[in-house]
Amino acid sequence: MKVKRQDKVATVILYLIAGTIILVLASLLAFILIQGLPHVTWHFLTTPARSFEAGGGIGIQLFNSFYLLVLAMVISVPLSLGAGIYLSEYAKKNWLTSLIRTAIEILSSLPSVVVGLFGFLIFVIQFKFGFSILSGALVLTVFNLPLLTRNVEESLASISSMQREAGLALGLSRWETVTRIIVPEALPGITTGMILGAGRVFGEAAALIYTAGQSAPALDFTNWNPFYIASPLNPLRPAETLAVHIWKINSEGIMPDAVAVSAGASAVLIIAVLVFNLSARWFGQHLYQKMTGSGKKGA
Amino acid sequence: MDPIRESLLKKSHQAKLERRGRLLGLFCISLIVVVVAAIFYFVASRGLATFYHDKINLWDFLTKQAWNPGTKDSHGIPEVGALPMIVGSFLVTIFAALVATPFAIGAAIFMTEISPRRGMQILKPVTELLVGIPSVVYGFIGLTVVVPVIRYLFGGTGFGILAGTFVLFVMILPTVTSMSVDALRAVPRHYREASLALGATRWQTIYKVVLRSSLPGLLTAIVFGMARAFGEALAVQMVIGNAALLPHNLVSPASTLTSILTMGIGNTIMGSLENNALWSLALILLLMSLVFNLLIRLIGRKGALKP
Amino acid sequence: MKTYDLTKTAIKTFIPAEQEIALSTEDLHVFYGLHEQIKGVSLQFPRYKISAVIGSSGSGKSTYLRSLNRMNDEIQTARVTGKIMYRGLDINQNNIDVFEMRKHIGMVFQRPNPFAKSIYDNIVFAPQRHGIKNKQVLDELVETTLQQAGLWNEVKDTLHKSALALSGGQQQRLCIARAIALKPDILLLDEPASALDPISTSVVEDTLAQLKAQYTIIIVTHNMQQAARVSDYTAFFHQGVALEYAETNQIFTQPAIQATDDYVSGHFG
Repeated sequence: MKVKRQDKVATVILYLIAGTIILVLASLLAFILIQGLPHVTWHFLTTPARSFEAGGGIGIQLFNSFYLLVLAMVISVPLSLGAGIYLSEYAKKNWLTSLIRTAIEILSSLPSVVVGLFGFLIFVIQFKFGFSILSGALVLTVFNLPLLTRNVEESLASISSMQREAGLALGLSRWETVTRIIVPEALPGITTGMILGAGRVFGEAAALIYTAGQSAPALDFTNWNPFYIASPLNPLRPAETLAVHIWKINSEGIMPDAVAVSAGASAVLIIAVLVFNLSARWFGQHLYQKMTGSGKKGA
Repeated sequence: MDPIRESLLKKSHQAKLERRGRLLGLFCISLIVVVVAAIFYFVASRGLATFYHDKINLWDFLTKQAWNPGTKDSHGIPEVGALPMIVGSFLVTIFAALVATPFAIGAAIFMTEISPRRGMQILKPVTELLVGIPSVVYGFIGLTVVVPVIRYLFGGTGFGILAGTFVLFVMILPTVTSMSVDALRAVPRHYREASLALGATRWQTIYKVVLRSSLPGLLTAIVFGMARAFGEALAVQMVIGNAALLPHNLVSPASTLTSILTMGIGNTIMGSLENNALWSLALILLLMSLVFNLLIRLIGRKGALKP
Repeated sequence: MKTYDLTKTAIKTFIPAEQEIALSTEDLHVFYGLHEQIKGVSLQFPRYKISAVIGSSGSGKSTYLRSLNRMNDEIQTARVTGKIMYRGLDINQNNIDVFEMRKHIGMVFQRPNPFAKSIYDNIVFAPQRHGIKNKQVLDELVETTLQQAGLWNEVKDTLHKSALALSGGQQQRLCIARAIALKPDILLLDEPASALDPISTSVVEDTLAQLKAQYTIIIVTHNMQQAARVSDYTAFFHQGVALEYAETNQIFTQPAIQATDDYVSGHFG
């Protein structure tokens, strides 16, 4: 009977653990959303931050986050596609390839603060880009590349080799076969990975503190010439992002309503993550259905 | 002449495309490898300058407790003892892993063995969502909820190892959980069936069969979580207090490698001893991430030997 | 299984005066790693005929076929030595443009492998990549190839639907249509009907009989009735060696070698 009782006790404990986790995680989300959402108004989302007085917004930080995200993805998506294609289609099984894989694995496991410091050293100082959007985007690329590359490689590897044979037997190059047949078929997986990567980039702060900088100079939203100093598109201006902003106002402690602003900004970040997550799922499924389902014009 | 025969001897459009495509891919992959090499080279050359250029004794660096790179001690040697940060980093990492492990594995067992339907419907999406939550958000919650609670319960400032542990625990929990789920799922169904058919209870089956055979996977999940905890910078930095002192207890202000690094690197001058010492901390971080990587590989290899 | 003397072979070579040779191999060896899969095969395949390659599984017949348009190049551990003669050239040489060669020596695989595209795009994809852009030409190509493959009547109203929605037999005929859309010289078929039901199989066989007028066809099959029905010449493979090669009729009625006799009368395989 001892065994039976043991079984019961264990089951109860497991239920308790699962319950506790759900409780902790749910209260975490609830806390952020309940604390933060009331602050999230149109005014909050569009006005610039204020340093020594209350009532500031996160407008510029929000714009910076998105601009940085777009730039980082524009650089890292093609690079990761190229690297992923090489690994999955061209790399021979030898020591060099396994060395490359090890290097990518190491890069993906490096602490983001180390990647950020490297970016500071190279992009900010060596290349003289300064604390800027460009430095930030490049460091986010470094941060993002290994995971995107692995995702591309895995997505491609999941497509049957019969498809590759089909293309090759028609006298097509492997490059054409991969880019025009295999990549489109692997698109659901690739897209999901890219969107999740975008979510990770959106919330990253440690890598950006010393690359994109911790200041958000006022922007002139009427002048979109990228070479104008206050232009939102100028890639060489410093750009504090939303995540960095949360960190900074909490560490500095000079903003009187720092807690309220952080809560609002955190809520915005979490909602963004949620949107990224859900859209990754939706896109993945939608693309998959579109490609395998009948009744629609071919891809 | 036979045109087909001729065409076989010329480079086709496809052959050119193939060459270009392969080169393009090779370029991308080389770029990544070069970046990895550059990271190692630059961090190492900066980090080692403390020892080569500033003549700091490596052993002193690792074991001394005083961290004031700007000032010199009675022998005229700058005070760069990194022990407090090293201890701080290891303490929060180990504690976070110790707390997170039972929760993560328990939740994973719940999701795979006890109630797969409910587990998959509620627990899995929630953990997946939480994996993506930015670390500053965890730091902010730590600062506004955890630190005050600790202050209320234990007195003092509330900042310290305990607060850091708690924040990291919540942070790595989703990652470790979802990796544990994968490990448990990889155990073949017939293992469980065979055990149950022999009259074992569900718990005996879980404990003696499922957990044992998924041990390498579970260990990998834990080490992975530890690697994340060790390298996490901002969330910890916000709650640990950032005092470069050996922690007296779990609720006194302390520091980690990452927290001192994020605080200090902007306030020091490139090439100065203060700055080089910080890069040495970064080098330790880099090497530790290699160690974690190696551990995961070793576990994988050991695990692969089993049937 | 009985062991046979693999040095005793009966290979009929087809003299050019009597039959034009489209493709031939001379002392072809294929190695997978250290293992020798094909041990020196020399065969000649006459133009506008169907040649069948039969043999039990593991006899190397598919490996042999795959090396004829160098699909074995894609397997990292595979190594092919010996000559593959096509239009007076040894296409097993590095100076041959392998992509160009495969345009002329097409291949259809064991399992249907249409692209995840529409029926129309499956056929025009490769011709487009090879430079045919004219919409009208492509439309005609789709119609004629689908007709040749015996699929036109079934799909002419659903050309823009996904090819993956077709049945297995239809998919395989689409793959044949896709292969002949490049107007190849030679068509290699690797057990094209092994994954199909009997009705689809007979449709595919009818298709092959019609294609013979324009294409040289080499078909690998483990189905002896199929070889007997569709082919003009038959080669019998055993343990990586071509033991006998002659007119199909002769192979099935008066085989010269004991092993062939045993195989075609169903004693092993």
